[in-house]
Amino acid sequence: MGNRLFGPLADVAADAGYTEPPRRMGFFTDTSVCIGCKACEVACKEWNALPEPDAGMMALTGMSYDNTVELGANSWRHVAFIEQERPVPAPAGNGNGHAGAGAGAQRWLMASDVCKHCTHAACLDVCPTGALVRTEFGSVVVQSDVCNGCAYCVSACPFGVIDRREDDGRAWKCTLCYDRLRGGLEPACAKACPTDSIQFGPLDELREAAAVRLADLHASGETGARLYGHDPSDGIGGAGAFFLLLDEPEIYGLPPDPVVTTRDLPAMWRWAGAAAAVMVAGIGMAFAGRSARPGG
Amino acid sequence: MTRRTWMSNWPVYRQIAGTDRLGRGVAARSPGTAAAEPRTERAQRVVSSICPYCAVGCAQQVYVERVNGTDTVTQIEGHPDSPVSQGRLCPKGAASKQLVTNPGRQTSVLYRRPYGTAWEALSLDRAMDMITDRVIKARAEHWQEHWQSQRARRTLAMASLGGATLDNEENYLIKKLWSALGAIQIENQARI
Amino acid sequence: MAECHPVAFGWVVEAKRRGATVLHLDPRFTRTSALADHHIPVRVGGDIVLLGALVNHVLSGRHEFREYVSAYTNAADILPEDFTDTEDGAGLFSGYDPGSRRYDNTTWQPTGERDETLEHPRCVFQVLKRHFARYTPELVEAVCGVSRQDFALLADALVAGSGRERTTVWVYAVGWTQHTTGVQHIRTAAILQLLLGNMGRPGGGIMALRGHASIQGSTDIPTLFDLLPGYLPMPRVEDDSLKAYLTRLPDTGFWGLKDAYTVSLLKAWFGDAATAENDYCLDYLPRLSGDHGTYSTVLDMIEGKVSGYFLWGQNPAVGSAGSRLQRLGLAKLDWLVVRDLALIESATFWQDSNEIATGELDPTRCATEVFFLPAAAHVEKEGSFTNTQRMLQWHDKAVDPPGDARSDLWFIYHLGKRIRAKLAGSTDDRDRPLLDLTWTYPEEGEDAEPNAEAVLREVNGYGPGGRLLNGFTELAADGSTSCGAWIYSGCFAGGVNQTARRKPHTEQSWVAPEWGWAWPANRRILYNRASADPQGRPWSEKKAYVWWDEQASQWTGHDVPDFERAKPPGFRPERGASGPAALAGTDPFIMLADGRGHLFVPSGLADGPLPAHYEPAESPVRNSVYGQDDSPVSKLYPDHAITHDQVGGHSAAYPCVVTTYRLTEHHTAGGMSRTLSRLSELQPELFCEISPALAADRGLENGGWATIITARSAIEARVLVTRRVRPLRLSDGSVIHHVGLPYHWGTAGLVRGDTVNDLLPFAVDPNVLIQESKVATCQIVAGRRPRGPALTVLVNEHRRAAGLGDLPGGPERGNG
Repeated sequence: MGNRLFGPLADVAADAGYTEPPRRMGFFTDTSVCIGCKACEVACKEWNALPEPDAGMMALTGMSYDNTVELGANSWRHVAFIEQERPVPAPAGNGNGHAGAGAGAQRWLMASDVCKHCTHAACLDVCPTGALVRTEFGSVVVQSDVCNGCAYCVSACPFGVIDRREDDGRAWKCTLCYDRLRGGLEPACAKACPTDSIQFGPLDELREAAAVRLADLHASGETGARLYGHDPSDGIGGAGAFFLLLDEPEIYGLPPDPVVTTRDLPAMWRWAGAAAAVMVAGIGMAFAGRSARPGG
Repeated sequence: MTRRTWMSNWPVYRQIAGTDRLGRGVAARSPGTAAAEPRTERAQRVVSSICPYCAVGCAQQVYVERVNGTDTVTQIEGHPDSPVSQGRLCPKGAASKQLVTNPGRQTSVLYRRPYGTAWEALSLDRAMDMITDRVIKARAEHWQEHWQSQRARRTLAMASLGGATLDNEENYLIKKLWSALGAIQIENQARI
Repeated sequence: MAECHPVAFGWVVEAKRRGATVLHLDPRFTRTSALADHHIPVRVGGDIVLLGALVNHVLSGRHEFREYVSAYTNAADILPEDFTDTEDGAGLFSGYDPGSRRYDNTTWQPTGERDETLEHPRCVFQVLKRHFARYTPELVEAVCGVSRQDFALLADALVAGSGRERTTVWVYAVGWTQHTTGVQHIRTAAILQLLLGNMGRPGGGIMALRGHASIQGSTDIPTLFDLLPGYLPMPRVEDDSLKAYLTRLPDTGFWGLKDAYTVSLLKAWFGDAATAENDYCLDYLPRLSGDHGTYSTVLDMIEGKVSGYFLWGQNPAVGSAGSRLQRLGLAKLDWLVVRDLALIESATFWQDSNEIATGELDPTRCATEVFFLPAAAHVEKEGSFTNTQRMLQWHDKAVDPPGDARSDLWFIYHLGKRIRAKLAGSTDDRDRPLLDLTWTYPEEGEDAEPNAEAVLREVNGYGPGGRLLNGFTELAADGSTSCGAWIYSGCFAGGVNQTARRKPHTEQSWVAPEWGWAWPANRRILYNRASADPQGRPWSEKKAYVWWDEQASQWTGHDVPDFERAKPPGFRPERGASGPAALAGTDPFIMLADGRGHLFVPSGLADGPLPAHYEPAESPVRNSVYGQDDSPVSKLYPDHAITHDQVGGHSAAYPCVVTTYRLTEHHTAGGMSRTLSRLSELQPELFCEISPALAADRGLENGGWATIITARSAIEARVLVTRRVRPLRLSDGSVIHHVGLPYHWGTAGLVRGDTVNDLLPFAVDPNVLIQESKVATCQIVAGRRPRGPALTVLVNEHRRAAGLGDLPGGPERGNG
């Protein structure tokens, strides 16, 4: 199998050099059952000991119940809230009830966003230090003991997921709880999720489950339901974390047709030996640059 | 889920010269990545608990690790065996380690004297003694043996509020002692 | 439910996946509505009209589960001729005394005759029909602002989801209880569920979602003034003997064993001192003479009548209605003991309360001594919580509490020990109960922590020879058994802490009887004998739960039968029988004297045997159902509270309806969430939710500031303009605007804001003294509120416009 930067890729871990890797693991976030409780945000921050915000910085955004706003270095799950009103046929002979003409059916969309763990991950492709790495589970993680904070990955991500932390300058994002997976545990967000909106498992199984769920929703009249990031032939080769949405991706703040930003790069611009050398340099830097911040 | 054991058997030369020619996977793994494991594996004990917030009663597992000679709660998460919660937690339950470990907890006794404008320190023993004296005094000074000529055996000089976040055993002893004291104004969140 | 009990709501989502229809009735469109099949907005305070119309729909359409109603309810009871309904009495039942604002329930007592055909004009079934006849879909539309289309959808779903093959469950929380008519909201649901055969059956019932880890437990073993453990009443001044006291409970059904429950409790408390000769020391207990509830106590504090106050994980300065009065009350105490994890507002009121700014409180003139004693967190002690399903779950201790922090068990035990030591030589009669009290528990560790399991064993109860009891049926009235709470007896059955059981749900039946322990007797569904027909057969295979096993001659099933195990369906009691023997084999409601579900409640309720709609104590409209506007028996504490006037100047001064609630991201008064950065950042500021129409009318902008004014106070909040809050148009053309306010903030913690409870009155339900937090009237204007004394000026301007006097409890009364 050749190394590729776009298009379907059957075994992403094998492509990264793992022989006999475990099955590719991922998230299926079914937003049709998300209740916007933000347990995922909290469970993620608690497990990963993400830095706490200063009390003085906490402020209401006025954006529905969303005060997290976006994924970032210190928020690896983000629940979006979208309030909608859709027109419905006026009930016959009913002059009372909801005041105001044209009051429609209320809808409050909630969706927990996360790193997509792309099959073709631009962050990984552009990282000059080897800080970003494909794991045996097919996920993409930043190795904080290597990252030097160059931020190439930040501008490369088609979803705006990966972000530099202000105090230590390094890039951070969801790891698919790599440490937990190594111990046979599921990611903290998926475990906490009260309604199983966030499901974790082998990606192929999740894709099957998602297809069934989508068909059920369509059968029940939820015609706007669609999958997002599930298709291996899309611009990122399919996501390791994909979604069931009830409306257009843009409504949720997701790019409608994300494309890996390194698609047009000449292939093979890096080679393995260089990666190993950079790794050694990265270790030294990690010791020098480690933050004194307590674990939180 | 396979465990990490298979990984350590890989010779380094195969990482360099072998399958990961783009240096995006095996060859790029740092020591930190190679050593990654859940911190809960370092816990000496896993203690069975129940979430202290709402009344759904989600079961929790509390991971205790000895850190610098002190037993420390390093993680609280849902207990998968519970028929109620099956390992799930809401944001409050998921934050409950912080309820225990947050630096905003006041862990020493404080005392504000009458007309005082600042807190003062007080030992727990002294505080207990002062409170004991005040209970005895209030009860003695405001004892109602009768109310409108009917036997009442009570005092209305003391009130108590709380209990809905307390254990049953705690409520039981509060109600028991309160009744023996003759104090009746005892209430909790169930009424609020 | 999704907002405040997210993990429980996961099961609703699961039920929906399996085909259940989920309907959400709420003034606001919440996170629950977002997942429901239908959300039906209803004006706050209109619940009895809506539920009553459903009762009418069931009765007039003959949709009732007739066999269930005939066999298991009191529908056939015939009422006396002198009973008059609200229909005949202009909104009042017979027996009303306007002077005392009380009912005498003599005329509500059934005659003892029954008409099994349910045709007699004075039988409960016919009275019910007439009573609810005026609760029509048109009335629902007029009073609640619910369209006829929405009502039809609700009514059809309810009927289609009930019967032999299906059951419907109602789930409620304080949206139903925090009203001056709160108990009657639940009552109306109970009538519906009895008519539809949805009680005692799997997937049925009326589920209270309670808000605190052990709020159920603190009711069962009550830190409440009017109860003893196990729902035994506190004695009253007129109870001059054990015999007199016991007359307050029924003689038949399982309350018929009241002497065994009471004597065993007294033996648990007073040990050898409790003998048959001294009525087992019943006389040691203090007696009630009226309302000793938390609101009347706070008013007593303001008047300087209360010396000391203990707060246990409770923050009334933020969390109780009329919180300004709560703080003024704290300022008039001699001493206050606050036990909590962090410095909450109730401990720091003398430093940072709003009344210091308004000039109502001067710290240098406030005499209250304050002791703050740090408490242990849940993982720093062992003990049991009782969850909202009556299930006790033990939690183990993980680590020692830090510094001076101790469990509340430690505090109360050592306080009692010290008091007893200081009074040891006393010969004063009033000290006898303290000195005779059983107060010996094993102490463990450096801190001398009392052993919590030893306390739970006492609660479970002992028989002769110190044998742990296996359940309440072993209790005796002769002093040979002791038991701290009869309903919890069996939680230590076989000498095993049953509450600590943790058998995985994957290794047991779907009822999961081996996880924790549910009272009574580990029964998971109450009154489950009703899941079988009168002959003891399941109503349907699909809904089989508990049934009579003819061969084994006993009740069996998926759950522990909530019935005498060997009493056959054909059993008929002998005349004059008492206790459980007075109930037939077809009487499932074993805690009621007649064993039947009460469609009509002859005694026990202060506000009527049937639910009737009254407007809230504060409402922008008059009652369009009866001539009586608000509850004729609600308790309003007139000196301090409220504006009890639906019309005239009032509605101009306070034209909107304010309702308060919780958010997923916070916990009640915030003591356990505002101190946590993980939660604080998720909902960092107080906000009000209003409709675009109201925003346009008042010039309010999303993200800007608004000031909300009631007759008690004024607060400021950031504005969230949302279509999730809708103006409701009533049939008289008036439009009701709701202002929604979550109430989690105060002056302490990582995130701060005004205290919403400052806005609410002291107006309570007459049955249970729960305050009306869900509805009051308000004005809302753009901008931040004034600071300092100008705040009082603003509040008084509005009060005068409404024809009220200036705010009582001002500087001259509030200072120490």
